[in-house]
Amino acid sequence: MVGNKLQVRLVQVLANAMLLFAVFLLIMPYLYMISASFKEGSEIFSLPVKILPEGLYLGNYELLFGETNFPRWFLNSVFVSLSRMVIAVLVSIMAGYAFAKFDFRFKNLLFVLVLATLTLPIYVLIVPLYDMMVTLGWTDRYVALILPFAAQAIGVFLARQYLLSIPDEILDAARVDGATEWVVFWRVVLPISTPVMAVLGILFFTTAWNDFIWPLVVMTEDSKFPVALGLPTLLGPYRQEYGAVMAGSFLSTLPIIIVFLIAQRRFIEALTAGAVKG
Amino acid sequence: METRSENVPVGSPPARKPSRGRGGRTIAPYLFLLPFFLIYAVFLIYPVLAAFRLSFYESSGFGGDTFTGLANYSRLVQDSRYLEALKNTTVYALASVFILSPLALLVAVAIRSFVVPTAAFKSFYRIVFFLPFITSFVVIALMFNLIFNNDFGLLNNALSSLGLPTFNWLNNERVALLAIILVAIWTYLGINALYFLAGLQNIPEDVLEAAAVDGASRLQAFWRVTLPLLRPVILFVVVQATIFSYQIFEIPFLLTAGGPSDSTLTLAIYLYEVGFRQFDRGYAAAIGYSIAIIAVVLAAIQLLAARRFDR
Repeated sequence: MVGNKLQVRLVQVLANAMLLFAVFLLIMPYLYMISASFKEGSEIFSLPVKILPEGLYLGNYELLFGETNFPRWFLNSVFVSLSRMVIAVLVSIMAGYAFAKFDFRFKNLLFVLVLATLTLPIYVLIVPLYDMMVTLGWTDRYVALILPFAAQAIGVFLARQYLLSIPDEILDAARVDGATEWVVFWRVVLPISTPVMAVLGILFFTTAWNDFIWPLVVMTEDSKFPVALGLPTLLGPYRQEYGAVMAGSFLSTLPIIIVFLIAQRRFIEALTAGAVKG
Repeated sequence: METRSENVPVGSPPARKPSRGRGGRTIAPYLFLLPFFLIYAVFLIYPVLAAFRLSFYESSGFGGDTFTGLANYSRLVQDSRYLEALKNTTVYALASVFILSPLALLVAVAIRSFVVPTAAFKSFYRIVFFLPFITSFVVIALMFNLIFNNDFGLLNNALSSLGLPTFNWLNNERVALLAIILVAIWTYLGINALYFLAGLQNIPEDVLEAAAVDGASRLQAFWRVTLPLLRPVILFVVVQATIFSYQIFEIPFLLTAGGPSDSTLTLAIYLYEVGFRQFDRGYAAAIGYSIAIIAVVLAAIQLLAARRFDR
């Protein structure tokens, strides 16, 4: 038994060491990003590489806010992500409600159609979608970033799943009181759906915030860029502002991390249920 | 729900389900579906169908399109750059399945095998493991751009201080794809470990205890009891990894732009170049469909294989 105990102990020590190493590797790039954002260019490119900066050099942040479009990009991202999130959550809950609480013709057919596109890669449709944006005159307009991806199959799926668990009696009680279907939805269904709305909101906001290829295709005007599209342009052939890029990367990740820390449980639920990234 | 279909007699009492079968209300569900399906039909269904049509045409976007039948698809199998992209993406997918997934399982087992001291510790791990997953690919690429720097990067400095050989990661065609794979492992290790952890936590303790009573060693118990019970999660992780591997774009696009000499060219980067730099739109549409077809076929094979295995 003693040998067995020792063996268990050894396994635990090894497991701990391995985990701490993994944690170290996972955190390191973030620490380095934050540290480099407070370093002068000459300090970033000097040997030996130091994890901690020598002092708090704020020049990168000054450059980022003074000489680049970063503040504009950031606000663009806030506006685009919030708008898409609100529209996507609302249409998902409405459609999910219809699938969960009504019987109607073609219900199963329509639902299968939605499910079939759960993991549809954007690459299947990106060329004609771009053509459509050109035809509509939507290139370089925020609406191109907001509307086309506001109907997400995963949203309908999760909303339906959640609303199936809501007892019909609650809805019927409101109907008996003479409420129209629209009032029932607005006064009863929406308030009840807060948990699933939070999950969907986090999912849609994050994916919109992190979008890259679609903005890359439809946006050409620097001042209209979302932050994810703008940041890499600071590493162009003519300028290599690594410090500023790290500062911008740090600031653009911050909102997501803050929401994550506040609503950790919902966040994990959102991203694991969706299992979608980018 | 499916069993109660629309063949409820018109005159039946509406007491149980007043929401269905009544004239004034039958239109309601369609109105609720309308906003979603409007966006869905215009910006998803239509472009998907239009891309299908386009993939049979030669189209530069300037003049008229000419129907060329299967020419775009037969061009795929003769196009050395496409095949190179397919090869690179497949190597990447294989690494996701055979390196990343086992590593993630190992991490999950490690977390499970020792008693995490406090709840605070537990949530610390969870946050750390989730961080890469919620960080945008763009930020990840920018961070690693600096880490992979030949002279001043963190990685080469760590390697040389350990006495190991260093590489010009992003400019050496022999290791560039490896660099991309390392970033992928870094990105997805945590989230996949959390998936496995959730699976491990669903395995009842007494099953493992029973195995121990029967004289099974820890390793035997892992192979014979834990792994088979974990099969649904393993399948999920592997299918996800495969599907998303074939869509990888941002990391190689921003780190290496598909180079050097196409050694990190992926299907998605190739599609972007063909469609939006060379404006060879019909061919780009065919590449797009090939990505979807590959993902669907591989996922189906994995699901079928798992089913067979179950019997």
